Parts: sequence; C-alpha cells; structure tokens
Amino acid sequence: MSLLQQALESGKFGVTAEMAPPKGCDFSKQMEDAEYLKGLVHGVNVTDMQSACIKASSLGLCIRLKEAGLEPILQMTGRDRSRIAIIGEFLTAANFGIDTMLALTGDHTVVGDCKDSKPVFDLDSCGILSMLSEMEASDKDCGGNDLESKAPVFYKGTSVTPVYEPQILQINKLKKKVACGAKYAQTQGVFEIEGLKRFMDAVDKANVDVHIMAGIIPLKAAGMAKYMNASVPGIDVPESMLKRLSDAAAEGKEKGIKGLPMKVGIEMAAELIQQIKEEKICDGVHLMTIGAEKNIPTILEKAGVSIKE
Amino acid sequence: MIITQKKPIEELMAMLEGVTKVGLVGCGNCATACQTGGEKDLAEMKEYLESNGKQVVGCAIPDECCQKLLVKKEMKAFKDADVEAIVCMACGDGAQTVAENVKLPVYPSNNTMFLGQVERVGVFNEACRMCGDCVVGTTGGICPITQCAKSLVNGPCGGQKNGKCEVNPDNDCAWIKIYNRLVELGQEDKIGIVRADKGYAAFSYPRKISLKEGK
Repeated sequence: MSLLQQALESGKFGVTAEMAPPKGCDFSKQMEDAEYLKGLVHGVNVTDMQSACIKASSLGLCIRLKEAGLEPILQMTGRDRSRIAIIGEFLTAANFGIDTMLALTGDHTVVGDCKDSKPVFDLDSCGILSMLSEMEASDKDCGGNDLESKAPVFYKGTSVTPVYEPQILQINKLKKKVACGAKYAQTQGVFEIEGLKRFMDAVDKANVDVHIMAGIIPLKAAGMAKYMNASVPGIDVPESMLKRLSDAAAEGKEKGIKGLPMKVGIEMAAELIQQIKEEKICDGVHLMTIGAEKNIPTILEKAGVSIKE
Repeated sequence: MIITQKKPIEELMAMLEGVTKVGLVGCGNCATACQTGGEKDLAEMKEYLESNGKQVVGCAIPDECCQKLLVKKEMKAFKDADVEAIVCMACGDGAQTVAENVKLPVYPSNNTMFLGQVERVGVFNEACRMCGDCVVGTTGGICPITQCAKSLVNGPCGGQKNGKCEVNPDNDCAWIKIYNRLVELGQEDKIGIVRADKGYAAFSYPRKISLKEGK
C-alpha cells in the first residue's frame, strides 16, 4: 500500500508534490529536486506532458524516482494514448513497483507545442479509472483478454476544479470519477480559503466519498499570478495576494534585494496550507511548485506540516 | 449535408500541369449549397481555366455526385470529348464516385470539411462526426463527440473559461450547453449517467452498410 493511501485512509494530512519530466533526456535536475522531497511528502506526481507540451514520459521519471526511494504518482491523460497504450503503461509501471496513479483528461493538443499532433481522447478520465478498476476486478485487459498475471492494483486519483461555474458540473463529474474508482482528488490551484470551503461543502452535500487534497501553487511574482488569472482555467488569485506580491517587488527594488516576491509567495502558500490543516478543511495538500521544488521544504516547515506526525 | 470549401486555385492548377482539355463535374446537392460546385461555380471555374490556357470541353452537374448510377449516366457527357482530366467540384465522396466511372485522372477542386448543419445561406456548423453510436438521446440533443473538442462523454474538463472552450474561445463549452439544455428539458438526472467506455469499434473505417444483406 502506498504512503499516500496509508496517510489518507488513516486520516492523516496528505502531502504530495509535483514534478515535470524534462524536455530532453537528462533527468539530473529532477533527481536533484527529488532529494529535497525525500521524507517530506507522501508521493510525487509526475506530469504527463502538461499543457500538451512535449517532455520525456511520466513513466520514465516515475521509474527513476522509485529507484531513488520516492513514491511516484503516475499521471495519465487520455490525450496522447489509446486505451491499449494506456493499459500497457500501467502494466509496465506495476512491474517497477509503482502503485499510485492520477487520471486526467489532458489539455488539448492545440494549446500545446506540437499542434499538428492528433489528439486521441479514446478514454476520458472516467474511462481510464474504470478501465483500471475493471482490470483489477477481472484480471482481464481492456479487450476482455486474460492477463498472464494477477492484475496490478493502483491507488487511483483524479483532479477537480473548485472554481468553476456551474459548480454542479464539476461535482457531478467528480462523483462519476469516484464511481469509476477514484479514491482521492487533487484540486486545481486554490488561493482563497472561503472558495475552498464552499467547494468542500458542495462535495459533502453531494455525498461524494473521496479524499480531497487542495492544490497549492506558490506564486513567484504578481505577473505570474495575473497571467494565470487571465489564461489558466479555474485559477482565481485574489487581489490581496496580487498586492502582497507587487508590494514585495516594489520593496525589493527600493532596497536592492532580489527574490522578495518569491519569498512572499512561499509565505502565502505556507499560510494557506497551515490554515487548511488547522481548520481541517480538506484531507491534504498537493504542491505544484512548477520547477521550484527546492522551496517545498521551506513551505512545509513554515506551514508546520510534517508527514512524520 | 457534406460541407466543402474551395481549395486554393494554385493547388488545382498544379494538379492540372500538362493538361489542356478538362471536364468539369459539380454536384446539384451539397456542393451547390456550399457554393463550391453549383452551376455558377462551374461557370466561374470554366472562365478561370480558359483564361489560364485550358480548354473546358464538357460540364456535368449530377443531382447528387455521390450516387454511383446517376454519376455513371452523367459521365456520358465526356464520352467523345477527348478529355484529358476531370476536375471534380463536389466532396471527396463525389470525386471518388466520378473516379470510379471514368478512366481519367480526377482532380478535386474542393476540400471536404465536415458533415454540417446549414445555419443560414453560406454558414455551416459541424454537428455530427458519424461515430456510429449516437448518444444525443442522453445529452439533450447536443453531440458531445462533435461539439466537445475532446469528445468527452462524462461531462466537462476543467478547461472552460467563462463558458468558452479552451481549444477555441469562439465555441461554447459543449457540456455547459448540454447541462443547460437538460435542465430546460427537466432531464438533469441524465447528467449523472456514467459512460465510462464510449467504445469506438463502430468508428472503424471504411464502413459499409447493405440493407439487402441486413448489415
């Protein structure tokens, strides 16, 4: 049983991080970053060509992380692979001892960096989850053929977007994903506690039995936050955070200190995590540091979160 | 209706390199409506080709260019005309139907775009991708396979912004449209139907249906 499953099922505060494979074949930065995360998180999501931009595969970095002693979470979208290819990835992952996954629809190829690629979308996130659930239950593949071994069992997760109108559509889809086998869900980045509470109320009211981990994106600068507000669906950074970031930039400029906005971003992420944990708003947090994984130890320390508790 | 669009004329002229005597075939149905292969379009094409060194030695506009027997009859127009190549101004199906009926090269002047609705004259929308397993009975009469850029069958992705699709902000999110329509119809419960596996076996091409053989 994976660390994440043990944590969430025993009522502990779950902590996961996220890493992207490189655009290339040198994994050394990722392996260095992995060292910062050891002993601090229950699992590390490895993205699957996030934003439809070409990278090394999720499975490849998952294998390396596993070898390095971390617990990788294999992210899988339906965008680039048919069900045949997807099930093959999971059989291979299981052979390397990878036992936690997260299913996503995937961004469309037209928003990525190789727009000529044919989008596959044979299965959506529900389809990926239910294919794995059916394989577990039957020891058969997605074509109904017997496997030559017992089927691997994955701790299955998915994503959800709390800031969404009409919210009922996200809640409903989450409900379907849970019916298809998802046990935990990581949210799109949240920045504001009241919105997260409203979302959690909606999940409770709909009787969806799933562990929710709030997505945390430490902001690096006001410009980044403004860009995300304008361009990234489901992101809503409040004005108060934008102000703290731009005030920090102004202060840094005045005093000649570099990196103040990033420090403020770390503070704000830590405050949010601390409040989520103390007020027991949801079951854990998922940190999306977008290449700045080395900040995770500081964020967790400031938030007073340790997986050893 | 099969929606077609004219190819750039340079592309057609490149196909016609070395050809002098040309026959033109249009279509009285879809390509006429799309203004790509009707009477007027053939007349314009004739004028263009003739002012660019070609001779148009015959024209035919079958009522439907996808009707094999009908096209066969119409091709008699070219029988004694010493034609070197046919320019087909119908859809891809029409071009192939013509090609099966003549022993001449057939060059398409159109690109075949989609199966579409006619919103009004000259405005067409893609509404059906002919997946072979229609789901619109549970989705308020709106096809998620076509109208959702990811063909999602269980509800929206997280990618909409202000109700617009991440793939093309000119398009509404299909699943928000489906939800609103189901609410209007008093069928909200249908939004909860889990369709984990759409299945694409019925989408394998080329497909053939024979009513006589019952399959």
